[in-house]
Amino acid sequence: MKRIISLTINGRKAEDAISDNTLLIDYLRDQKHLTGAKKGCDGGECGACTVLINGAARPACITLAATCDGAEIETIEGQARGGRLTALQRAFHENLGTQCGFCTPGMILSAEALLRHNPDPDDAEIRTALGSNLCRCTGYTKIIASVKVAAEEMRS
Amino acid sequence: MTTPRTNTAAGSRAPLIDGIEKVTGQAIYTADMETEDCLIGRVLRSPVSHGRIVSIDVSKAAALPGVVGIVTGDDCALTYGVIPIAMNEYPMARDKVRYRGEPVAAVAAINADIAAQALDLIELNIEKLPANYEPSDSRRPDAAQLHDDKPGNLEREVHHHFGDMAAGWAEADLIREGTFRGAETNHAQLEPHAALAEYDPERERLTLHSVSQVPFYVHLMLARCMEMDSSRIRVVKPFVGGGFGARTETLNFELICGLLARKCGGKVMMRLSREETFVTHRGRPDTEVRLKIGLTKTGKITAVECEVTMSGGAYAGYGLVSILYAGALLQGIYDIPNVKYDGYRVYTNHPPCGAMRGHGTVDVRHGFESLLDRMARELGVDPFAVRRANLLQAPMFTLNGLMVNSYGLGECLDKVEAASGWAERRGKLPPGRGLGMACSHYVSGAAKPVHWTGEPHAVVAMKLDFDGSVTVLTGASDIGQGSTTIVAIAAAEILGIDMGRVRVVTNDSAITPKDNGSYSSRVTFMVGNAAIEAAKALRVKLINAAAKKLEANPEDIECEGETFYVRGGSQSVLAFQDVVFAALAEEGTITVKGTFTTPIEAQGGKHRGGAVGSTMGFSYAAQVVEIEVDTDTGQIRIEKVWAALDCGYAINRLAVEGQIEGSVWMGMGQGMSEETRYVDGLPAHASFLDYRFPTIVESPDIEVHIVESIDPLGPFGAKEAGEGALSGFPPALVNAVADAIGMEVDFLPLTPDRVMEELIKMRRKARRKEVSA
Repeated sequence: MKRIISLTINGRKAEDAISDNTLLIDYLRDQKHLTGAKKGCDGGECGACTVLINGAARPACITLAATCDGAEIETIEGQARGGRLTALQRAFHENLGTQCGFCTPGMILSAEALLRHNPDPDDAEIRTALGSNLCRCTGYTKIIASVKVAAEEMRS
Repeated sequence: MTTPRTNTAAGSRAPLIDGIEKVTGQAIYTADMETEDCLIGRVLRSPVSHGRIVSIDVSKAAALPGVVGIVTGDDCALTYGVIPIAMNEYPMARDKVRYRGEPVAAVAAINADIAAQALDLIELNIEKLPANYEPSDSRRPDAAQLHDDKPGNLEREVHHHFGDMAAGWAEADLIREGTFRGAETNHAQLEPHAALAEYDPERERLTLHSVSQVPFYVHLMLARCMEMDSSRIRVVKPFVGGGFGARTETLNFELICGLLARKCGGKVMMRLSREETFVTHRGRPDTEVRLKIGLTKTGKITAVECEVTMSGGAYAGYGLVSILYAGALLQGIYDIPNVKYDGYRVYTNHPPCGAMRGHGTVDVRHGFESLLDRMARELGVDPFAVRRANLLQAPMFTLNGLMVNSYGLGECLDKVEAASGWAERRGKLPPGRGLGMACSHYVSGAAKPVHWTGEPHAVVAMKLDFDGSVTVLTGASDIGQGSTTIVAIAAAEILGIDMGRVRVVTNDSAITPKDNGSYSSRVTFMVGNAAIEAAKALRVKLINAAAKKLEANPEDIECEGETFYVRGGSQSVLAFQDVVFAALAEEGTITVKGTFTTPIEAQGGKHRGGAVGSTMGFSYAAQVVEIEVDTDTGQIRIEKVWAALDCGYAINRLAVEGQIEGSVWMGMGQGMSEETRYVDGLPAHASFLDYRFPTIVESPDIEVHIVESIDPLGPFGAKEAGEGALSGFPPALVNAVADAIGMEVDFLPLTPDRVMEELIKMRRKARRKEVSA
């Protein structure tokens, strides 16, 4: 069965026909050509597909697109405005919070969700917020550092 | 060696030049390249571990509407493999299957659902054969043989012997033996495997995009297996989501994707699931290490005997190199006067193993550093002291002919000893807490490549054009380690220009020079040196043009800060762009190249297999690990790690830190939790829930110290930084457990259940002692 969903993606209104079983990740990647959200696993294990749904970090690979009717979706492509990086994007770039880059979109969006409601997280809070985002390159040290740098910049 | 000139680019903390793409989602990986006209490729895999293929009937699948092409083992009768003398694998099995999950056929269809349905319609008739899962099973006299040419399922044995063992044992005051086991591990790079192949039947040309670390190997194997002229093939590597060795060899899906695209006369996207990515394997083999070490009372090593058995999986792959590395890199870190090594690489009915970060060295280092620590305890010698008693003096050659030109291990030891507060804190921590340490090393590129053609080991091309931009062309694969940035830094440093003026074009065989690829930590050393040479060639042309304009001798011209001027001379300064115009007036667009060739003395001993382990320079690392063991649950918590690595010179300090942190952490995974598990050959670990590597929650703070020994052959003095620290973590952990709770363990990983088992054994033993007393 196909149905029509209306939603906002990165501030733009969209109305599309999707199947009942279409996953949000496939809708974003295949229908909207937003390939920033990655598939790193076979479902809900790695966090590389993380997007913001109404401001909350959610794995798009185990979310049905149909449940996003009326929702506000933010992907990594919508973060930089006018080509200028957000505080988190800049911090991840300048502090090597990204190596291969595959986990990075999900990692940044999980951190974005954290900093929006907790502008001054401690290490433990950062670890908890990013606990479902796996990274195989960095050992996470510079990811934690990047989030702290961004938080500080956003506070000042 | 070329020293950094101004240290404006080299030695800085440079963000990756392709980092913006990664943080904005604009970085395009292979799986992101699917277009509407793509066919979707899927692979049918063997359901049995070992069997004879009786028949494969694809007629029902071929008749399914939407199926465009099917290939089987019949479509490719040529083997492939990474070692020219040991290529024994077909893209899809022919006659026999040798592991569960081995590809037997593949389908391309107009969508993924139809491709999946088609796989179900292929009728596979396989006659089961007995399977061997453990080396001990494979080596039984009555064991089923995997390969006709390998009796006893012994893929390769190595016997190396240096010095006088009898004399070495005679000199020893203490001789101890130990047997250590490390589980099979997998790279688990975050990006699943993917390939995109496009075949043009009109021009008989193939373009393949893939996740490869070595597109050059993929190019060679496509030409071989598809029986195509290599000039008709183009291989492109887009952004790659990690490798760690998994993608060094050409992998079956890359060849299958090419074969399917030709069969269909079109474009085929093949995205492997995470489970399939695990099944493709090529990870570190399950390894047993039997060690015997002789020490004098003061801790000086007199002799080392080592026997290694690797459970290699079903095909040769990199096996020959792995088993040679394990023996060769016993040396090059400490002064060992007498060494005997016996290595056995055994076939089993599991997915083939291969190269993984720290290739061949990790399990041997685990055994060696653990046994050395135990013996030091017995002798009453401090762990740091026993290592210091055995330091090398560079420059030197080891017994097996390895060249050691620079050696910063002593300084690494000093740094982590001081930073961790070792002397003050060790033995004074609360119950259950402990400190352990270990050392490690790794090569900066293999001095002899696998394909010995006589060519330079690396070639970098540079173009300077009317716009004043410098374009660097390299085939070196950046897989996240930052090699593209290193190339840009080298160009900027030598030319005295801003990095913003430099663009680096990578990994398109139609454009970039051939490169031997990203493996054995060769890129910074070899490609970095080639980039320096190319930039120097370009600088000569610019300086000549500037000299002409300034009416001075070229030897007197200095270039820095994007200007040219006469050293100590007149005040006239030429802007970079003016010199570019002057230089282009002579010859138009300027193209130059630089190369790097390893010196003959770096290429290892003359004995058989002596080339493996040979390198221009070794990185050295020491680390201290602080842990807490919960003796009720067996859970170990890593409190903190102090790691020091001698990378020769840190061309990009930020990236060096990142590499050290990442490799220490990967060593932690191997020490703590990572292992593959099979049930009758069926992978039971093939997801991120079952293959457990550390999450951010359990990952410790890693304090990094960089040691710069300035290698005489390294680019600006640099050596590798991305592998050397890995193998030190597992033994440092084992040694910390001994310090924390007095438990000596000889296996990896130290999962809570295994630690618990050991604790129960320890308690029983203690109780028996009490009772008998």
